Amino acid sequence: MSAVSARRRFRLAPYLLALPGIVWLAVFFVVPIVMTLSVSLQTGDVERGFQFTWHFANYSDAMGRYHVQFVRSLFYGLTVTGATFVLGYPMAYWIAFHGGRRKSFYLFLLLLPFFVSFVIRTVAWQFILSDNGILLGPLKDLHLLPSNFHVLATSLAVIGGLTYNFLPFMVLPLFVSLERIDPELVEAANDLYASRVRAFLRVVFPLSIPGVFAGVLLTFVPAAADYVSASILGGTRTTMIGNVIQTLYLTNNDYPLASALSFILMAVLIVGVMVYARVLGTERVYEVAGG
Amino acid sequence: MSENQRPMVDPALLRGLTMPRMTRRAALRGAGLAGMAAALAACGVKGTSKAAPPADEVKAFWDKQTKANVLNFANWPAYIDTDPVNGKTTLQRFTDSTGIKVNYKEVIQDNDSFLGKITPSLRAGQDTGWDLMVITNGGSIEKLIRQNFLQELDTARMPNFNQYASAQFKNPSYDPGNKHSVAWQSGITAIGYNPKLTGREITSFDDLFDPKFKGRVGMFGDNVDLPNFTMVGLGIKPETSTEADWRRAADKLKQQRDSGILRKYIDNAGEIQGLESGDLWLSMAYSGDIFQINAELEKAGKAGAIKFVIPEQGGMLWTDNMCIPLKAKHPLDALTYMDFVYKPDIAAQLAAFIEYITPAQDGAKAAMQSQIPTAKGDEKSTLEAAVKDPLIFPTAQDLSNTHRYRVLTVDEEKVWNSIFEPIVQS
Repeated sequence: MSAVSARRRFRLAPYLLALPGIVWLAVFFVVPIVMTLSVSLQTGDVERGFQFTWHFANYSDAMGRYHVQFVRSLFYGLTVTGATFVLGYPMAYWIAFHGGRRKSFYLFLLLLPFFVSFVIRTVAWQFILSDNGILLGPLKDLHLLPSNFHVLATSLAVIGGLTYNFLPFMVLPLFVSLERIDPELVEAANDLYASRVRAFLRVVFPLSIPGVFAGVLLTFVPAAADYVSASILGGTRTTMIGNVIQTLYLTNNDYPLASALSFILMAVLIVGVMVYARVLGTERVYEVAGG
Repeated sequence: MSENQRPMVDPALLRGLTMPRMTRRAALRGAGLAGMAAALAACGVKGTSKAAPPADEVKAFWDKQTKANVLNFANWPAYIDTDPVNGKTTLQRFTDSTGIKVNYKEVIQDNDSFLGKITPSLRAGQDTGWDLMVITNGGSIEKLIRQNFLQELDTARMPNFNQYASAQFKNPSYDPGNKHSVAWQSGITAIGYNPKLTGREITSFDDLFDPKFKGRVGMFGDNVDLPNFTMVGLGIKPETSTEADWRRAADKLKQQRDSGILRKYIDNAGEIQGLESGDLWLSMAYSGDIFQINAELEKAGKAGAIKFVIPEQGGMLWTDNMCIPLKAKHPLDALTYMDFVYKPDIAAQLAAFIEYITPAQDGAKAAMQSQIPTAKGDEKSTLEAAVKDPLIFPTAQDLSNTHRYRVLTVDEEKVWNSIFEPIVQS
């Protein structure tokens, strides 16, 4: 064997090592994306078949008909991200700094709901929030609430359901980044006459930014695309884009319109995430991912 | 520096510098784009339709079939009798008299998802695993018929059907001449309500739009019952409605939704839960569902707490149909069963249990009446109630006040969906 071919083999090694990943991406990401893109530009119907016709009007049709649901999904996603952050940060902070020996137990408690199916948990909320159910019923009997007050079938119910379901996705990355902060850094800040608030704002919070970044991503993207909460807890004017896409695909068999909507959603999310990463700095992601 | 002081440049060089040139990178990019376009174009989705068989082929098909003594039957949950009468359920009686063993499975939760499951097999010309299935009119069975996914029937081989099927359930508009299907049971879509909560009897379609019931009204969130029933409420005959009528119905629904009178577009059978919990005071409802609520409430000592009414403007009459998917393994067994359930005593036993409108109206009624004198205890009271039950034997007036769904062509369906889908998906 010559030295040249050995060197060539050596040069190829990284590519060969990357091969499984590339094949995976090609089969499960590139192919579906290209097909979705293709279908989104087709015309026809499910019985006579769809033909590829560069029909860009699918995109304008989709946005013309469903921009309300689209904007609403993004709004819900942002609200949910904000709500999970406000609820989750203190939680993660407390577990990280005051959890002591029971840290893993508290994390387990946080994950416990995951042992029950997503749908079942959401249906349970439907039961709890029912107009005359175990929560609102007694309050109404005591005349603390007007008799026609309801939570179900409102945006509040959907946002609440989403917040509940996605809370752990926010808390876990926050916990990971907070847990890595050396408590002595806070002590050092105190030694330098920083108040507790100032020490938090200048030391702890900046060090937890990678966790914030990951938590926001993990919450916002799936929350904006969710369709379970809206269909179980929502009513009129709470439909999210995921519900629309599901109905278009499965009930109406309008594959082109559904694909166009999926594609727009994906594009908007990717662009949003890229802008967000640019603002916070991408290296932060690697920091968290590298854990 | 003024214009004429500019250094002279060879025009040829200038042209060469500014003309677009094909670099290797650009060439690759171009090739990539072209390849992408080819890949996109290659992803066309094939149509699902099959060609209809010629008429003599249908007869030849049935001539060569033999009984296999097995029947794989796909039906909806709670849609057959499960309490034996005189020791037997109707399925057991079927096996006794024909020797055919029935694998009865409650696998159809809704038409769309069931069709989604079997369509790939039908498209590929393969057996779906079912010999007999129950599919609703108003879009679903029409789709199967349109695509020639159903085995054409030979009704000459169905003596009970020919003798006992009631005229109003025979030869329906969606399947002329019962070429592909015969009725299993029918029901009515109209209004269910809780009189205690509404504070008055509901009589009109307009009650669904009364601001007094703000946030307490439910409507079906489908695009079959909802649009058709709304048209009936507006005095439009859905069967012959036009696009302008559809838009009128959509406007009416939009108004109901945006004014907050509507609480929610509900799923199939969602009105049961809503009316029971009191979240809904009145709602579009299926006749059989209201019977189910009442059966439960009766056990709790609250009989008649939920009522069903066909409003003065009318209601929708729908039919669930027995049909045989193409390439079924045991078609003759299926055909035998389809005919068997039209025998008066079988139709009577079935209807008395599930309380839907039986397609063998006169036969079933006569059979029940003849059984009353000899029946005892519970069975006697069940029969006596069933004979008078308008949910099983609707009066001619009830029926004349019901309408059938608009049958849509593929192209009309697109327009229809584009009008009504944005209403429900709000």
